[in-house]
Amino acid sequence: MLEITSTRHNPFVDPQLHVWGWEIPVYLFFGGMIAGMMILAGIAMLRVARGEDPESFFSVQTPLLGFMLMNVGMLALLLDLSHKLYVWAVYLTFEPLSPMSWGSWVLLVAYGILMASALVRIGDSWPWLTRTFPVVGRLSAALETPSRLRLLAFANIGFGIGLGIYTGILLSAMVARPLWNSAILGPLFLFSGLSAAAAMVHIAVRIFPGRPAPQGLVGGAFAAMWQPLGARAPRAGTENALVRADVGFLGVELVLLALLLLGLVTAGASQIAAAQILISGAYAPAFWGAIVFAGIVLPIALQLLELGHRIPHTVVPALLVLAGGFALRWVLVNAGQASQVLQSASR
Amino acid sequence: MARFGMVIDTAKCVGCMDCVVACQTENDVPHGHCRDWIVTEVRGTYPTLEMEIRSERCNHCDNPPCVYCCPTGASHVEPFGKTVQVTANRCIGCKACLAACPYGARFVHPEGYADKCTFCLHRVKEGKDPACVSVCPTRCMHFGDLDDPKSEVNRLLGSRKWHTLLPEAGTKPRIFYLD
Repeated sequence: MLEITSTRHNPFVDPQLHVWGWEIPVYLFFGGMIAGMMILAGIAMLRVARGEDPESFFSVQTPLLGFMLMNVGMLALLLDLSHKLYVWAVYLTFEPLSPMSWGSWVLLVAYGILMASALVRIGDSWPWLTRTFPVVGRLSAALETPSRLRLLAFANIGFGIGLGIYTGILLSAMVARPLWNSAILGPLFLFSGLSAAAAMVHIAVRIFPGRPAPQGLVGGAFAAMWQPLGARAPRAGTENALVRADVGFLGVELVLLALLLLGLVTAGASQIAAAQILISGAYAPAFWGAIVFAGIVLPIALQLLELGHRIPHTVVPALLVLAGGFALRWVLVNAGQASQVLQSASR
Repeated sequence: MARFGMVIDTAKCVGCMDCVVACQTENDVPHGHCRDWIVTEVRGTYPTLEMEIRSERCNHCDNPPCVYCCPTGASHVEPFGKTVQVTANRCIGCKACLAACPYGARFVHPEGYADKCTFCLHRVKEGKDPACVSVCPTRCMHFGDLDDPKSEVNRLLGSRKWHTLLPEAGTKPRIFYLD
């Protein structure tokens, strides 16, 4: 028997750690999705730079919505800080051992890359912008040389991978939280972000199957994720390629999730107790129901049926993927805070 | 350069909480928060039970995860005594250090920055003991330089059996509890 009684009563720490509320899961979700959008855009840019037919794949303009979502994510992050007026202190230093310091600098560079990438073909999604400010149109045209597109593509892919992995490493670097303390969180959040990004493009595909598309602030950015660079609607096979990619991302995510649990249940007592929080504890219904079943297995099944022409393409699997991606962050952030290094019952 | 640590004799501690009150008074700890606290631990199988009462606080670890995770350097190892300290006006309130500490030793000050035990460095610089140590009625708490082989803390560690909290976390805590 081991019975511990403590007089400590600190807010956010007792009876169990709960320092992070909704803001951090929102930030991690958008961060992962933006990372996925950057990687998808980078791949598309490489293909355009190579001179491939731009109508056969999704747009290079995913960073436009990514840039807008980045502002939402960073706002959520700012709202979480309890000493907000001192946020500038992050950019007065670089702390090589702190994942959050790495992430802050990666976010800053990614912000610049997203802003530059959003300018590519911006006249297609926000024509009013280039009409009002012709200099934006000239900047956009200047970015379209193959060499500059290739440079932007590598920057998007490199920093997209960095941003996606960082959102997981941010949590996994904490030895005090056994549920988080696994490097698998990095690639898990990266692939979850990729599937969320593909899902967003898929939703745009369904809602705006071709031109004419909306050209407003949000509608233009959203439609631009799918609009072909040419004047015609995209080829039918393109949507299937997107769905196939999403099934692949979700499959890898499922394997990584299984490896995360396997690593925990085959480790020490603290890790086993942490795994139990997900497997059979307070977060089990959300973990099995919202993440594994509704967020991964069901979308994979639906998308395979879509690919086999058994059911028509709908936005349902994509919406499930987005909800599952958010649930993954929400559950892991909360369940991880509930996990702790256990004191040995014998000495 | 000194490396401060604390030795607490659990055979003498009665859990009177004088150390807690002294800390709150000395450091103006905000109401509803505490930098140190009392833990009562009962272990064993009836009827062979044993109880340990101990005063806990930040362990000023040699391998401090709170310092490593801090994105601004607000959490740092102070050269004087190699203690772990927080610079309030560099802390952004991200709370990563609270999540990183396996001892739950930190809290968010109502003004927004991370706060915790400082080993009363302002007193130590004047040659005094930390407030908690100075008021202990059973004299169960001892403060000193762990790098000085002749210090009282090292004499106690060499003469008695002791343990630290959660050594498996790998943080190398510098508060030692005499059995």
